[in-house]
Amino acid sequence: MLRPDLLIVGAGPAGMSAAIVAARAGLKVVVVDEQPTPGGQIWRGIEANAGTSRGRALGEQYCSGLATVRTFRECGAVYWPSTRVWQVESTLGTYVTGPGGTRVVAPRLVLIATGAQERPAPFRGWTLPGVMTVGAAQILLKNPGSVPSEPVWIAGCGPLALLYAHQLIRMGGVVAGFLDTRPSTPLRETLQLAGRAALRSSRELAKGASWYAELYCRAGRYVPDVVDLQALGTDQLEGVRYRTAAGRVEEIRTSLLLVHEGVLPELHTVRSLGCEIQWDAGQAAYRPVLNEWGECSHPDILIAGDAAGIGGAVAAVHRGRLSALRILQRLGKVAAEPEMTEENCRAALAHALVLRPFLDRVFRPREQVFAPDDDTIVCRCEELRARDLCAALSGSVGSNQLKAFTRAGMGPCQGRQCGLTVAALIAAAEGRHMSEVQPFRVRPPLKPLRLCDLAGLADESRSS
Amino acid sequence: MRAGQATTAVIGGGLHGLACALALVQRGQDVVLFERSWIGRRASSATAAGVRTLWRDPAEISLSLEALERWYRMDALVGDDCGFRAGGQIKVAESHAEMEALAARFAQMRELGFHHEELIDARELRRLAPMISEHCVGGLIARRDGAADPHRTIAAFRRAVEGHGAVIREGIAVMALEPAVGGWRVVTDAGSWTVRHVVNAAGAWGAQVCRMVGEVIQFGYKASMVFVTERVEQAFRPVFSTVGRSLSFKQSSQGTLVVGGGIQGGGDLEKGLTQVDFRALAKGAAAAQELFPAIRNVQIVRAWTGLEGKTPDLLPVIGPSARASGVFHIFGFSGHGFELVPLVGEIVADCITYGRSRYDIGSFDVARLLT
Amino acid sequence: MFRLLEDDWGRVESTVTIEIDGYPVIAQIGETVASTLLRVEASWSRTTPVSGARRAPYCMMGVCFDCLMLVEGEGLVRACQTSVRAGLKVQRQMGPRKVGPSC
Repeated sequence: MLRPDLLIVGAGPAGMSAAIVAARAGLKVVVVDEQPTPGGQIWRGIEANAGTSRGRALGEQYCSGLATVRTFRECGAVYWPSTRVWQVESTLGTYVTGPGGTRVVAPRLVLIATGAQERPAPFRGWTLPGVMTVGAAQILLKNPGSVPSEPVWIAGCGPLALLYAHQLIRMGGVVAGFLDTRPSTPLRETLQLAGRAALRSSRELAKGASWYAELYCRAGRYVPDVVDLQALGTDQLEGVRYRTAAGRVEEIRTSLLLVHEGVLPELHTVRSLGCEIQWDAGQAAYRPVLNEWGECSHPDILIAGDAAGIGGAVAAVHRGRLSALRILQRLGKVAAEPEMTEENCRAALAHALVLRPFLDRVFRPREQVFAPDDDTIVCRCEELRARDLCAALSGSVGSNQLKAFTRAGMGPCQGRQCGLTVAALIAAAEGRHMSEVQPFRVRPPLKPLRLCDLAGLADESRSS
Repeated sequence: MRAGQATTAVIGGGLHGLACALALVQRGQDVVLFERSWIGRRASSATAAGVRTLWRDPAEISLSLEALERWYRMDALVGDDCGFRAGGQIKVAESHAEMEALAARFAQMRELGFHHEELIDARELRRLAPMISEHCVGGLIARRDGAADPHRTIAAFRRAVEGHGAVIREGIAVMALEPAVGGWRVVTDAGSWTVRHVVNAAGAWGAQVCRMVGEVIQFGYKASMVFVTERVEQAFRPVFSTVGRSLSFKQSSQGTLVVGGGIQGGGDLEKGLTQVDFRALAKGAAAAQELFPAIRNVQIVRAWTGLEGKTPDLLPVIGPSARASGVFHIFGFSGHGFELVPLVGEIVADCITYGRSRYDIGSFDVARLLT
Repeated sequence: MFRLLEDDWGRVESTVTIEIDGYPVIAQIGETVASTLLRVEASWSRTTPVSGARRAPYCMMGVCFDCLMLVEGEGLVRACQTSVRAGLKVQRQMGPRKVGPSC
């Protein structure tokens, strides 16, 4: 069994940055990642795209990832791509399956850097082929370089939706229309928040404003204040019906709709370990309870990057470094680079997070995201509608009981798409705040596992 | 019912606690049930939910046969069939030596006057399980056995209990039992209740409740693991176990394959925590795959560990306390209590109401475990 | 639903042929089965085992489990996490799959 000093789950900005600091300081580091190449979602495909017209179109922040990826490749950390972690025991025994088969790793410390996932935002018809997330479309832009074959409709709220529209337009794609689901924020509050942010991050702010302006000019239509969506069609998306805050209902014809309602920390692994989490009202998401180093309620597990709370790629880099510095401290090592100090990392992190309160507030999810109507499928795997779940909610039934009674969260996605909505339905039914409701427990394996892969471990333990 | 008062307090909201509460409330008693976490949290939802009379300890057979009849009438009892499907249970022999063991068991059952188990040859085994591995030579079958849906069972019993007017208090832990005038004071972390009778249905924590009334017993616990796969097309009707290894294998009505059989994971009774041990569970996966080679590529989607009480002789504790009058036990089923649910609660309710039961429960007396 | 960009990387002659439900489909080396599927006309990946409804890739990052397909006979494989290679045989997963010698 491999016994590294540090196992890092995820090779995105946080995981790679931590691996670089730790490996250069002399620790034995193993980095496991599901993708075939390093970069995470944000820098996906960077090695192939850098220096190409596509890389340039994807933008400066995207291209900036190449340096980190190159350093990571050379830092001395053992890197297992295309490998999934499917169990982390509380004693840190970690089970992975990849091209090298199934292995058990027993590290001294674990850093979880699993990043973010898009916020599941159920609406009627969201399971139809033809409805995809904006994040999915952006992934296609990076690899293999696909764009919607026809002018595309985007519905959503959040920087990613704007960034994608901007990138798509730069690459010659066409936005047929943008249904802006961003709830309106009083102008005065927006300006106040923006003003505070602008003092330190005016460039970012200007960039965002320019994306909006571009969208306004270049999208076929721009519809503000959309509060409700419905995807129409039987086997395939045929159209979208939407409702605005003013109550106007309209229908458009399209076979592709891209949706986005912000991102959430990916906490599946963290929660399977029973690490403490809390409701972050500002980000309308659960996040792990952490100290300033990323240490959580489990003494030997640290969490960095967007999994620690949404902060974006730059913050993820610095959070990864800070966690790595803490790990070096704990294992009696020092960073190889003299400039890699706690003070520098903290200052850089603070700067990276300057815009965050503004973004969290202005791009907060609309209320309907948490309150799907009766007919909306909440659990995509088991095809359970809000109605089915609410019917089982008599008495004070918690998430775990609701799961047992209805099978919500028991399908292959293991609650990744319905967990938050189920918690919101319970909170609403019982008149409680989200902070008082726990999402359902995560059962291993964290990703589906072939029976023969598990059976193979029996042979291994017999021979050893 | 006045707040803080009831005829009987049931400690433990697992299936046996619920079933006993149901039987008592049907007899017109005021019943309050305390559950430390939530209904069905422990073994009741972690079970593979076999409805099995096959291969039971001779001491349990009569009860299990009677309980089986009730599974066929479950709808009348709790308003739902609890997903019970009678596909039979088969103990598979993987060698001729194992087949001989099955034949010996068969002969013993005949001697004791039981006829629910039947020997089958390789041909009949293959008819019932077309995908079973070539090396299997036969089996022992209880054709009327089957399996149910544990969550539906919990939900149905809960509805029935509440429908009859019993009070279920979740999230409340019982801290102590103190003698009181005409009965017991049940001290919980949310106030005290005065009752005439107490039912200890605390599962893995049954011995802790015994200690509250001065009974110290030999008692352990199990942390049995189960895993479940993606849904596949219906292909397996019976529930399978083997002579030589820890395995139970069935297909649920949703199509998922459920593999258990008593392989032990990690459990901490004090903290109430469990952990799946995949290295140990791998043996169950290997056994399932050797029995049914066709399932080797099926994907496992969930695994879990349940906490369940275990007695030295693996028989449950059913009946009155040896030391404390008015206290009754239903716990310690040692991993095979699910099938007995529709009967045992009623037996204890009879003990409470009439002072005795018409079933012979001598083998389950707590006195045998006292230290 | 999607088409390839004709930029300087997309022009590189770096393709392989995979099979989707028996039909040859051209894929870019380095892309995934799901991204390839999204360029064919019927770009759905499976029907659900619960109601038989069609599903297609949704999140592309491995968290929705809707792009599940049979890859070389192995079921419940996320097409968005599966890189293409020459000759790879992929099938749409129709409802609950059969267990049997081919599974």
